[in-house]
Amino acid sequence: MKELKLMKGNEALAEAVIRAGCDAYFGYPITPQSEVLEYLSKEAHARTGMVVLQAESEIASINMVYGAAGTGKKVMTSSSSPGISLMQEGISYIACAELPCLIVNVVRAGPGLGTIQPAQSDYFQAVKGGGHGDYKLIVLAPATIQEMVDHVKLGFELAFKWRNPIMILTDGALGQMMEKVELFPQIPRSFEIFEWATTGKRKERERSIITSLHIQPEKMEEINIHLQNKYRAIEKEEIRYEMRDCEDADIILVAFGLTARICRKAAELAKEKGIKVGIFRPITLFPYPYEVLNKLAGNTKMFLTVEMNAGQMLEDVKLAINGKADVEFLGRMGGIIPTPEEILLKLEEINQGVLQNE
Amino acid sequence: MNERRMLGSDQELLDEHYEKVIAEESVCISDNLVYGKPETLTSTPMHYCPGCGHGVAHRLIAEVIDEMGIQEKTIGVAPVGCAVFAYNYFDIDMSEAAHGRASAVATGIKRVLPDRYVFSYQGDGDLAAIGTGETIHTCNRGENILIVFINNGIYGMTGGQMAPTSLVGMKTTTSPFGRDTHEMGYPLKITELIAQLPGVYYCSRVAVNTPVHVRKAKKAIYNGFKYQELNKGLSFVEIVTNCPSNWKMTPVESNKWLEENMIPFYPLGDLKVPKKEN
Repeated sequence: MKELKLMKGNEALAEAVIRAGCDAYFGYPITPQSEVLEYLSKEAHARTGMVVLQAESEIASINMVYGAAGTGKKVMTSSSSPGISLMQEGISYIACAELPCLIVNVVRAGPGLGTIQPAQSDYFQAVKGGGHGDYKLIVLAPATIQEMVDHVKLGFELAFKWRNPIMILTDGALGQMMEKVELFPQIPRSFEIFEWATTGKRKERERSIITSLHIQPEKMEEINIHLQNKYRAIEKEEIRYEMRDCEDADIILVAFGLTARICRKAAELAKEKGIKVGIFRPITLFPYPYEVLNKLAGNTKMFLTVEMNAGQMLEDVKLAINGKADVEFLGRMGGIIPTPEEILLKLEEINQGVLQNE
Repeated sequence: MNERRMLGSDQELLDEHYEKVIAEESVCISDNLVYGKPETLTSTPMHYCPGCGHGVAHRLIAEVIDEMGIQEKTIGVAPVGCAVFAYNYFDIDMSEAAHGRASAVATGIKRVLPDRYVFSYQGDGDLAAIGTGETIHTCNRGENILIVFINNGIYGMTGGQMAPTSLVGMKTTTSPFGRDTHEMGYPLKITELIAQLPGVYYCSRVAVNTPVHVRKAKKAIYNGFKYQELNKGLSFVEIVTNCPSNWKMTPVESNKWLEENMIPFYPLGDLKVPKKEN
């Protein structure tokens, strides 16, 4: 039987964390994601026995995640932009030590303390590295609260499949708004013991060491090559995206997360004006669907990237299209959400230009 | 003072405390025993400088783990600093933490595996400078772990810079004219700070520069693991030790300097012991 509920984004995500059979959550309050910690503090321990701990800082949270993830448990943290910045060192260590974990960023506008309003300005940080060294997170970008829920389950699956940290990159609007969600049934907590994990060295095996330190450059390069090979395999297997009306579109809107759903409305408005608009929405931001986007540029000669930042995914769109078509950009910053009307205006402007050129 | 004479004076000290220590604790082995390598230490040669206290501290932890029979149930957390390679020497599962974060990493491990023995091993820069926040809060939460704090008043691994615990007037590469309190503040007695936190069950300061100190240090480490077994909360053991290389002294000179300068400022003994339960 379907379990439908009207839930706030952050709370729905927290509910999904419990149901995914998570073993431990370590977090620190920050707007606009504090409801995750609050909901878990109230609900989680009594229901599944999972650990919920409010740390003294995001730095401590991510290092608690490092310790607990090293035992092979299903662990996670969540925060918002400034807190995620503080975690970058720890995330780099986790990526190098190849520990499975889930990190949720309910993005708010920066730079600096910025504002508590939603933004997508942590795209570079999430997708291009963020911390020091060459590493990648698998980055999932939900556009609905339903996807926030589903990505928790998917995130843990991918984390253990690849032994890699996973980031759910959502934003303050999705975290705070309410929507209908279908919840998946409770998954029991797993008590599987992994050979690589620090669970206590049994006589029959070598000791497990969780480290990112390899002082010999030859060894460190070997580790790097191994990581890069893993990322190439992830690029082959884990690309996820959604397309709407892209086949014969005059203009294709490219957007992720919240802005993708605003683009849907803009596309409807454009259709009324006789402009054929498609929408391409990457769901994984790493790995990025470069090839699919490149193929679309065979038919459509005009792309409009819409983001709540100064043009971050825009760089990947341009890389994907590689000069085969024109790429325009519409971005709002500082916590401003673009309206369907202003996207429509931009679409009309672009369409006018296309018509004049023909 | 030559080594022989120093050992002689240690023997006197030992005699003075011998009966008391032996009476107190059965883990102290009679000193005519021929020492072998504890099972919990690997055969990897240690990278520590000659005369450094780390080797002895490692050995004591390994001996206690052996004697308690908890090798399969112990998980250690190594710091950043000279002991960054501690996982090469302990034959147990270990996690190598970021600089200063060992107690947070240990918290993460202990919370998901509460029946394991978890300890962190951290130097003064790691624990009392960059990791002060994690240290204080881990202790204040009363995490049921053991923190072993190695205080030699200097940054060893990076080559002898001033540490939070460097003594007033102490010359280091970043206080070349001596630690000036006006510019550089005071040496931090973090163990005294820790001792007053209600989450801390046991807090002791020991040294490993003489046989009698070594025995007391072992007892403190044993207490830490034992209290963890009994679920009592956080145990904190500071080991005041030397750094011959960066103090620019011979091992013997450094132990003398330790005795004359470090220990008077960081006095040895229990700072917090459990109240006797009826």
